Amino acid sequence: MQALTRHISPGWLLVAPFFLVVVAFYLGPLANILWLSVTDPEPGLGNYEKLVENDALARILWTTFRTCAITTVFSVGIGYCLAYAMVHAHQKNQNVMLTLLLISFWISVLVRTFAWLMLLGHNGLVNNGMEAIGLIDRPVRFMRNELGVLIGMVHYMVPYAVLPLMANMQTLDPRVMAASRNLGASGVQTFRRIYLPLTIPGIVASSLLVFILSLGFYVTPAILGGGKVLMVAEYISVQLLVTLQWGTAAMLGTLMLIGVLALLWIMSRFMQLSAVFGGGATR
Amino acid sequence: MKPGLFAKLNVVGAWLALLFLVLPALIAIPVSLTPKRFLSMPKGEYSLRHFTNLFTSPDWLSSFAQSGIIAVSTALLATTLGTLCAIGLWRVTSRYTEVVRAFLLLPLIIPQIISAMVFYRLLVPMGLIDSYPGLILAHTVLATPLVLITVSASLANFDPKLEQASRNLGAPSWVTMRRVILPSIKPGVVAGALFAFILSWDEIVVTLFISKFTVYTLPRRMWNGIRENTDPTVAAAAVVLIGVTLLAFVIYALLARRRAQMAVAEE
Repeated sequence: MQALTRHISPGWLLVAPFFLVVVAFYLGPLANILWLSVTDPEPGLGNYEKLVENDALARILWTTFRTCAITTVFSVGIGYCLAYAMVHAHQKNQNVMLTLLLISFWISVLVRTFAWLMLLGHNGLVNNGMEAIGLIDRPVRFMRNELGVLIGMVHYMVPYAVLPLMANMQTLDPRVMAASRNLGASGVQTFRRIYLPLTIPGIVASSLLVFILSLGFYVTPAILGGGKVLMVAEYISVQLLVTLQWGTAAMLGTLMLIGVLALLWIMSRFMQLSAVFGGGATR
Repeated sequence: MKPGLFAKLNVVGAWLALLFLVLPALIAIPVSLTPKRFLSMPKGEYSLRHFTNLFTSPDWLSSFAQSGIIAVSTALLATTLGTLCAIGLWRVTSRYTEVVRAFLLLPLIIPQIISAMVFYRLLVPMGLIDSYPGLILAHTVLATPLVLITVSASLANFDPKLEQASRNLGAPSWVTMRRVILPSIKPGVVAGALFAFILSWDEIVVTLFISKFTVYTLPRRMWNGIRENTDPTVAAAAVVLIGVTLLAFVIYALLARRRAQMAVAEE
């Protein structure tokens, strides 16, 4: 026992309970699902062959990829604009902006999806408002199509895009930009040639984070898509709860997991992950 | 450096973006006040009947209670496990620490739909589908990484010399833990507990897979209401949820302010 405690720090004893919980109740069944993807209904790569054989499946993957990519572009674009304004605002304004951002971050995703349902519907506030001021003659279809899903997803993802960007922008030395201005560069030139390149790590981190979160997003596409925009997450739930096909669901889950882990690995090349997932987790 | 034209336009854009983020949720307020029996905007007349319904219907009340029980249990368990784990990782100086930490954050990073499959797969053979222990277990695994993050952040600012001093003065390690370490990291622990509570209170994706009839949490009932898209009680529930969010946010902001004051006082 003495020899054991000398080699193993007593700190591990405190780590052990949660470690065991994660291994037994999370990673165990996760491994089981990976295994199912090559054994259910029969051993082999049959489930993966469906990707090539089954047109519907390929279409779902493509829809998911496209939706996530568009969401990422818009979320990071809006997020960049917000982060820039917040980092360069006066302390008081910055606090107000940060408060608003965090409140929207904290409001339940169900509440927000419900709100979009009310706003974007056939008789929703947006359509009625635009008709009232004569912008449109007939209601626009905002829902049960990709547009609705995109609006809902971008709305959810913007706060996630802002946080890594802000963390990155706050580390920049303003004297570099001042030097550029003093050397005669215009504001636009300074931004394009100095500021933007310096924020690329932030842009990459925030894009990857939003893309990862979008990949597995379930609630908003399921409700605002109204069954018309089928993405991987919803398809998995149908496979499990309706048609009971574990093999296909496990295969799609495995693909998603590999994708997410690969993206995280790329992300860790650009930014300390702890800076994104909670700031200062490392000592 | 004087802000140029683009910077000024950008500030306007930023405020518009913030309005885009915050305003849509507020539509739940007028919809919840409609006197009609279906989801609609009120026209001139307002009524509180849907709030009355929300707070008298046994279904909604039981969902509030069930979500409360599950969220409080989750917060307690996740805070205990997460705090112990964070202190443990902080104590250990090993090259494996960061690997183990990343490993333990996996439930937070892996997409929720995969977590839903995982818990479904886990709980069916255990016979815990649609039960309190099943939901609390699943929510605890998902919420503990949040506590791990907030407590680790607090520990990063804690001076390890204080721990050494306590030990050198002869305090056993559990006394050191209770009287020296825990008081110093209290803000992180409380913030973690708050996050864990909110995660469980709001959780829908995993809950959809592992609950059926017996346990019907608030998000689950809202999900159904939203899918049926008729009963304005959902709007009233949304308003109540927004209120709860604002309350939690105020608590969090007060905590953060106290932490900042403490930091200033220490200097």
